[in-house]
Amino acid sequence: MDQNTVTRIIPARRRADLTALLSPAALPLAGGSWIYSEQNIGIDTLVDLLPLGWAALEISPEGLTIGATCTLSELSAMANPAQAEGGPWAAHPLFFECCTALYGSFKVWNVATVGGNLATALPAGPMTSLLAGLDARVLVWEADGTDTRMPVAEFITGNKTNALGLGAVLRSITVPRSSLLAETAFRKIALSALGRSGAVLVGRLDAGGAFVLTVTAGTVRPVQLRYAALPSAETLFAEIAAIDCWFTDAHGSADWRRAVSGVLGEEIRQELSARRSGETQGDAR
Amino acid sequence: MRMMLNGEDFSAEDAPGQSLRSMLHEADHFAVKKGCDSGDCGACTVLVDGTPVHSCIYPAFRAEGSEVTTAEGLGTPGSLAPIQEQFVAAGAFQCGFCTPGMVVTASTLTDDDLDDLPRLLKGNLCRCTGYRAIEDAIRGRCNVARCEAPCAAPRSAGTSAATGVGTSVGTSVGAPAAARVVSGQEPYTLDVAIAGLTHLAVLGSPHAHARITAMDTAAARALPGVHAVLNHEDSPGTLFSSARHESRLDDPDDTLIFDSVVRFRGQRVAAVVADTVAIAEAACRLIEVAYEVLPAVFDPHEALAAGAPQIHGDKNGTTSRIADPATNLVAELHGEYGDVEAALAMAEHVVTGVWRTQRVSQMHLETHASIGWIDEDDRLVLRTSSQVPFLVQKEICRLFDREPSAVRVFTARVGGGFGGKQEILTEDVVSLAVLATGRPVQYEFSRSDEFTLAPTRHPMEVEVTLGATGEGRLTALKLRVLADTGAYGNHAPGVMFHGCSESVSLYNVANKRVDAQSVYTNNLPSGAFRGYGLGQVMFGIESALDELAVTLGMNPFDLRRLNSVRPGDDLVVTHVEGSDLVFGSYGLDQCLDLAEAALARGNGAALPTGPEWSVGTGMASAMIATIPPRGHFSEASVTANPAGDYTVRVGTSEFGNGTTTVHTQIAATALNTTPDRIIVLQSDTDASGYDTGAFGSAGTVVAGKAVLIAAQRLAVLLTAAAAESTGTAPESWTLEDGGLRQLDSERLVTLAEISGPDGIRAIGRHDGAQRSLAFNVHAFRVAVNRATGEVRILQSVQAADAGFVLNPEQCRGQVEGGVAQAIGTSLFEEMILDGDGTVTTSVLRNYHVPSLSDLPVTEVYFADTADELGPFGAKSMSESPYNPVAPALANAVRAAIGRRPHELPMSRDRVWRLAQRA
Repeated sequence: MDQNTVTRIIPARRRADLTALLSPAALPLAGGSWIYSEQNIGIDTLVDLLPLGWAALEISPEGLTIGATCTLSELSAMANPAQAEGGPWAAHPLFFECCTALYGSFKVWNVATVGGNLATALPAGPMTSLLAGLDARVLVWEADGTDTRMPVAEFITGNKTNALGLGAVLRSITVPRSSLLAETAFRKIALSALGRSGAVLVGRLDAGGAFVLTVTAGTVRPVQLRYAALPSAETLFAEIAAIDCWFTDAHGSADWRRAVSGVLGEEIRQELSARRSGETQGDAR
Repeated sequence: MRMMLNGEDFSAEDAPGQSLRSMLHEADHFAVKKGCDSGDCGACTVLVDGTPVHSCIYPAFRAEGSEVTTAEGLGTPGSLAPIQEQFVAAGAFQCGFCTPGMVVTASTLTDDDLDDLPRLLKGNLCRCTGYRAIEDAIRGRCNVARCEAPCAAPRSAGTSAATGVGTSVGTSVGAPAAARVVSGQEPYTLDVAIAGLTHLAVLGSPHAHARITAMDTAAARALPGVHAVLNHEDSPGTLFSSARHESRLDDPDDTLIFDSVVRFRGQRVAAVVADTVAIAEAACRLIEVAYEVLPAVFDPHEALAAGAPQIHGDKNGTTSRIADPATNLVAELHGEYGDVEAALAMAEHVVTGVWRTQRVSQMHLETHASIGWIDEDDRLVLRTSSQVPFLVQKEICRLFDREPSAVRVFTARVGGGFGGKQEILTEDVVSLAVLATGRPVQYEFSRSDEFTLAPTRHPMEVEVTLGATGEGRLTALKLRVLADTGAYGNHAPGVMFHGCSESVSLYNVANKRVDAQSVYTNNLPSGAFRGYGLGQVMFGIESALDELAVTLGMNPFDLRRLNSVRPGDDLVVTHVEGSDLVFGSYGLDQCLDLAEAALARGNGAALPTGPEWSVGTGMASAMIATIPPRGHFSEASVTANPAGDYTVRVGTSEFGNGTTTVHTQIAATALNTTPDRIIVLQSDTDASGYDTGAFGSAGTVVAGKAVLIAAQRLAVLLTAAAAESTGTAPESWTLEDGGLRQLDSERLVTLAEISGPDGIRAIGRHDGAQRSLAFNVHAFRVAVNRATGEVRILQSVQAADAGFVLNPEQCRGQVEGGVAQAIGTSLFEEMILDGDGTVTTSVLRNYHVPSLSDLPVTEVYFADTADELGPFGAKSMSESPYNPVAPALANAVRAAIGRRPHELPMSRDRVWRLAQRA
């Protein structure tokens, strides 16, 4: 919808241009799919990040660095790298799977950005599910010119709150190579088949056997349960049930979110367990 | 900014924060529709450099230098793109407001995408069709008769034969507007360029109940670009109701254009007229209002309790027609037939329960909107999104003390209504603004306005007690209803009375008692919604009947067969209904048989595996009077034009109900010609005789009957004219396509030869005084996941008694659309309030309207009946398909998990909780 109180758009071409964001009446603009979907009374300035020309997807020996302005369609369509490029990544299907958890349509994927989705910090933000699930770290350009790095799961501090201070901008997200090589499993449930997520769970089984379950959408912030090896059904169920930040809104009640997360967590545990034993059998042959 | 738009250079000045959609619309490129303005509904979809985006969330400045394509750029009438032809051939729209965006989205899909349609179309919402026809369009299936599209694909099941001269009724003629709709060329309410247009924005109350003690508008008035600031000091003091009926006495007079007391959050406090929406909104923020906050009540039980705040305590109950303003009681019904308590004491089986329905939004894709201006004859003109232009005219005349000749009201094609546009929500304040400023004024509801200000479906609490013999014969039916009508009583009496009518009279029971109340609260107002109260009450009664069937171990179809009314039976609510209601035809028996057989046959759907899944079936019946009570009037005319075609003038609105198509067919058949020779001019107080309006499913059976009578009279006039001009006998002439033929001589006379330059006109009228009954039976097979609460519909069947079906594809679409809307009500949709009068689900993404992925393809069967009253034996079929769905689905869930749902929606969290108790 029209942003009727906005009087200027500032195209950011270099980092110094971001000082305009020190005004509380300014917002950084990436794809626009969130800002333009709401009335933002009191905002008079949008600082357009796209002219900064950040690379969308960069593969390095450390892993994958995703520019904050990379769109969901770019991410979802990224080819799984060949062996020469450090691939293939067992976690690659998770990119597309998590994009499907966006409430917005594939047409929104064409404009919505990975960084925008993270920074909006909605519990149902699917990039939070993806990147917390992969233990990615964000790079923040602080207003004072310094850089900060932190895990995605810490960057999201609550329902629509994040670690960005006034004037700070989310620059990029780096997924470690070890996570990209891990086996992953994805589950989403909503009150309707493809509706806004009520719970999104990502399981990751690292090469060394460590297991991480990342619970999102049903909790106000990402919650990660970590195990040295796949836990028993009882242990996992009990620890999901013990999570203390479920919430109720139009997309599901807290008690239901807790219960279905238990169901989905067990499905993930079984899926990864089956895949692991399948691999072992394959090795034996 | 410059760009290429639909292949041509385009430049416009965009405001800094403007969306691409609004920039295009402002530049008179109207194919981009505003359904939500938040990127959720897809009605504004365009291509930017070939990539589909929602243009309402696309910054306008970012389109600089791009190539932008709207539906218009894909193709226009006469040169439609293949995907547009497919939408025409499949009949893949009703109101058509979502269609340009749907077509643009579909244009980007390939054959490889067909298995992924649920995901790819989740960002395109259609409120009318239920998506089956849309999927048919994308898959290249043809559903309409005389399809000229190059569709090699097979026709869908149920497609009727091609239509011919004089044989139009009974065939699936496509909508006359089809080519314009699919190319974004059909204008809706705001798709018009008006010089000097100003915009109105409204300041709403932050309180649920308050008295305005002071208001300072000076700063707002001083803002450049502001033309007027209006508030209660400018408002006529005439009380009215936003609800419109044939008789204005049906609804309580409890509303003012601006009131000094506000009774729900968001209620209009002041309005600003300014050059732009942005200026008007900015001026609203400059208005300072002082309030005395008053105690408020949000629960209808508490509203009735002693000492509750009086919401309309200042009203005179007699002159405002409020049952008891002192106790917040708007309307009530208490009556008994026979002796219910005695019958219950004697009954071998008694079942009882309380059922609750939630607040639901009509969610027509086109929001409420109107544009008003003063024309060259100094008349007030309103172009509005309304189901009832003639009733709006009457009430605007009353409010502003004008003669009908000084007010013209008309609609363009209306983007959906579902009852929501049987209200005056924008026209009153626009009229006031036009008269105050002398300027053209536009007021458009946002989607959030729709969720927070527009009247909703009435939430109801329904208590049902049934008594029966051991054989299942009903002996007692006791009904208690409590409806929350919110802050104003628009439609409160009508919805309450209608809710308790055909739901109760459907069954032969010797002892019945009804106690119903509709109550003011400080919630937003409730109003008219498809089914008009019946759906809520049927959810209770049909659920209770199912409980009785379970108790008896009886087939629920047989329970209905045993107890339902048949021709010859009295229709009883609390007394025998009047003689205006008759069995003009009867197809309930067939509907029960058709639905039961379909369910028994199954559809081969795979059952989900796993111990957490349970399967069950359920059904419910519904009956509806084909016309609202106490008169529904239409005066139509048909003119034979010298050019060889005919003009039908009829007052009813087209809002996706398909009446334009049906009127075309009726006239073409009566005049022995083809539909393409019929031009329909409609819903304009200047263009036709009076019409009560497009509600109560009256478009076919009242307006259509008037068209039929007019066309039949015209046929007589034409044969007489042919006889007179040739000195022959009228009986020797017969109408044929393009003129009249003398039977023995084969001589042809054209319409031009006999009609003169002005044509020959005949008028037909219908008063809707005699009403018939239509029936629907719905059945479901569902699987329920007890661990997650997911309800998966495996089979959905509806059998409908629509009398003679004038247009099978359209009628099927009405049934499918009603079922779709009802599945939304049953499983997903819920307007949530915080208990303090604030709607928390105020944007579309927090209110789940079914998308393609949520809906089964419903098997639709028609009973083979012909009605004594309706045109060509037709009955109404637009509200009623909605009504049996929720109880049928609840009964199926009950069968699956052994616990009965008592509350809508049966959302996954509620069903999960229910299953946990099993």
